[in-house]
Amino acid sequence: MYNVKIDCSVAKKVIADDMILTKGVATTAGSKMLEGFMSLFTSEALVRLEEKGYGLVGKAKVGEFGFDLLGETAVNGALTADGVLKLAAAEAVLANEADVALTMDINGSVRRAAAQTGLVSVKPTYGTVSRYGTIPVACSGETVSLMAKNVADVKDALAAVAGHDPKDGTSLPDSMYVTDAATPKRIAVLTDMLANVNADVKAKVDSAVAALKADGIEVVEVTNDKIAAAKVAWNILMSAELCNNVSRYDGVKFGYRTPNFTNLDELYMNSRTEGFGELLKTAILFGSETLSTDNYMKVYDKALRIRRVVVEEFKRLFQEFDAVLMPACSTLEYTVDAVNNDKYMAFNENFYTAPASISGLPAVVAGGVQLVGKAFSEDKLFTLAEKLEKEGK
Amino acid sequence: MKYETVIGLEVHVELATKSKIFCSCSAHSFGADPNDHVCPACCGMPGMLPVVNKRVVDFGMKAGMMLNCDINRVTTFDKKSYYYPDLPAAYQTTQWFAPVAVNGLVEIETSKGKKGIRIKQIHMEEDAGKLVHDIREDTTHVDFNRTSVPLIEIVSQPDLSSAEEVEAYLERLKSLLRYAKVAECEMAHGTMRCDVNLSVRPEGSDKLGVRAEMKNMNSIEAIKRAIDYEVARHIDAIENGTEELRQETRRWDDIKGKSYAMRTKETAGDYRYFPDPNVMPVVIDDEWFDSIKASLPEFPEVKKAKYMELGLSEYDATRLSESIAIAECFEDALSVCGNAKEAANWVISEVTRVLNAKGMSYEMLTLDGKVLGKLINLVLESKVSRANAKKILDAMFEDPELDPIKYAEENDLVMSNDTGLVDKVIAEVIAGDAKAVADFKGGKDKALMALFGKCMKQLKGNVDPATLRTMLIDAINKL
Repeated sequence: MYNVKIDCSVAKKVIADDMILTKGVATTAGSKMLEGFMSLFTSEALVRLEEKGYGLVGKAKVGEFGFDLLGETAVNGALTADGVLKLAAAEAVLANEADVALTMDINGSVRRAAAQTGLVSVKPTYGTVSRYGTIPVACSGETVSLMAKNVADVKDALAAVAGHDPKDGTSLPDSMYVTDAATPKRIAVLTDMLANVNADVKAKVDSAVAALKADGIEVVEVTNDKIAAAKVAWNILMSAELCNNVSRYDGVKFGYRTPNFTNLDELYMNSRTEGFGELLKTAILFGSETLSTDNYMKVYDKALRIRRVVVEEFKRLFQEFDAVLMPACSTLEYTVDAVNNDKYMAFNENFYTAPASISGLPAVVAGGVQLVGKAFSEDKLFTLAEKLEKEGK
Repeated sequence: MKYETVIGLEVHVELATKSKIFCSCSAHSFGADPNDHVCPACCGMPGMLPVVNKRVVDFGMKAGMMLNCDINRVTTFDKKSYYYPDLPAAYQTTQWFAPVAVNGLVEIETSKGKKGIRIKQIHMEEDAGKLVHDIREDTTHVDFNRTSVPLIEIVSQPDLSSAEEVEAYLERLKSLLRYAKVAECEMAHGTMRCDVNLSVRPEGSDKLGVRAEMKNMNSIEAIKRAIDYEVARHIDAIENGTEELRQETRRWDDIKGKSYAMRTKETAGDYRYFPDPNVMPVVIDDEWFDSIKASLPEFPEVKKAKYMELGLSEYDATRLSESIAIAECFEDALSVCGNAKEAANWVISEVTRVLNAKGMSYEMLTLDGKVLGKLINLVLESKVSRANAKKILDAMFEDPELDPIKYAEENDLVMSNDTGLVDKVIAEVIAGDAKAVADFKGGKDKALMALFGKCMKQLKGNVDPATLRTMLIDAINKL
């Protein structure tokens, strides 16, 4: 579960995943490439939590550079229980090791974990929480994200970390934080996202819908194949940005350096060949290809256009609805066997998480389902999440 | 057959901002130890995010306006990926899709007359670090002081056709950018570097020839030699088939006077440009645009015309307007002394004399023109002799705080109004050198100079030379 465990006697405990940089405590990004890497500074989000009285209990294992399905690519082995994959940060919260998990939501693994374990998580509006001090992977959509056992704890932690940070050029000015806390009345269920989920997930969605209806919320089924196209576009953007961001790990400055080289090209190639894992290499090659002169307009530029379309489609839905409900995953457990048989599951299972990632919209997971809202509507999503939470108890 | 040369230049200029483009490290590392001016951001450490230095955008806009460009009101930054040990993040943040300035025009003047050179674009970017090769240890060290120092790259259209035009163009860029005070533009310091794209075609042809690119040229003389060499090589290849021309990057060896192929188009890397998601588009609103526009200096031509209206010759007006430092020194001196001809003479002959003696460029001039004006006044009011004023000027270069009047008084450089003293010195000198007096009377004019020199020495130069000469001749004639 832990990459590093810290003795902590503070009442409010936080576990940070290993994409969050911590001064004095190694941050590995789950990769051989960064084994033992010591950052010179601590992430802004963790600093703010510590200022509000939270204490760090350790660093949770992550899959290599945090963009896999559920931690299966971690260099020191995946965390599993009875042949089922587990995300370390979520397990730490479930085991009462920590009250809150501070994580990076890059490709949805945090939301999948929350949905599968019944925890509550928030991926805030892009630009709300500083990314200063987080290992960059897919900068245009990744966010610092929080996970806890209940809505109140997630809410408190988000309040502690949110707000402008001049050290992050994409951090929004405080004047833009006009939170929408109006009472939600109407939500949409995106049926495109229900076609391929299993019965367990379908049951979660049904019970969530029933709970919301029982509470007087109007629930309307909608279909939108444009939002459903987010996955393909996000895979392109995420891989391209990842390819660029991990280029810095070349054996020259920091991280793993191969002992096997006689010249610069060998130093680069052997360090990266030996230091990176299989899924990461796949993403690097894919990302590199999409950015090539031959493919940029055909592939990357199209993905940017799809991003714009997804944003516009959500905007249209939010004129009518307070939130869009969808699952966060197709199944409530991923077996190790299943992932071994389909190494690229992370690139397909993000069908459910890519829409919020690519659009920068806030997403709250509670009661096993995901609620996506318009920018800065976290409070509204929390209100809905509380209704699901009440139902669960 | 006659041939014509087609040249386009890519000129990198280091912007003279205090800090680097995306972090607050000092951008000036002259004399600093390696890796003194670095932080996690400009070392490419994960977790640091770029925050755009607004001054860099100010300077980029200013440069664009000086070169008659259109300014992109929404300008964006992009990532350019390549591997090299001096590039810590393995990408350079530059401007590919929406550079700060586009479609400019720079006018040059050569022996063939005036010509407009079109500017394709000016983009802002970060510099890379430096590799230091240690021959003794057979190792290479990396110095990141220069990483993220702001640069602009000025890309011309292929409008240049000779080494002479290239020189005129580079001198014009230097002058304009120095006028706007956005850059030092000193090729010897590496604050201006140049890539030359060159091809040759039969005169009158509308089809471009095969292009060679020479990277990182760092002196105008070397550029001129390289162009002449390349033109000859291309013509030789076309006429005599000595080699098959290929589109390639070449390295110029200035010592051997030859260029060598580095890489061909086929083997060139793909930079995989894409928009940098960590740098928000920079939106230049009217207020910002107008404030930069208002801060632009007068162009050199405008100053030159003004100086000629003051009665200065075209030569003097050109000399004074070439460099903004010289022009400002002149204008400041003039504002105090009110005598254009005197101010011009002092700046053109005396100030440049001291600069040359010290091996300093015009841009290194720190002399306060207003103080120079005060000094000129002392001369005009006959308080200090011209010869002694030059000594005071030398001292002013050593001490920018120096007050010329006080300095003259303290160092006994004030002109004597005491004719009694002058008479007394003349009498002594004449009495002490009867031979010279006799020689002068016998028609040897040179003898007077010896007597004159002795008097001047005793008077420490504090007398008007013409007055002394008249008084000396009078005194001898009275003997």
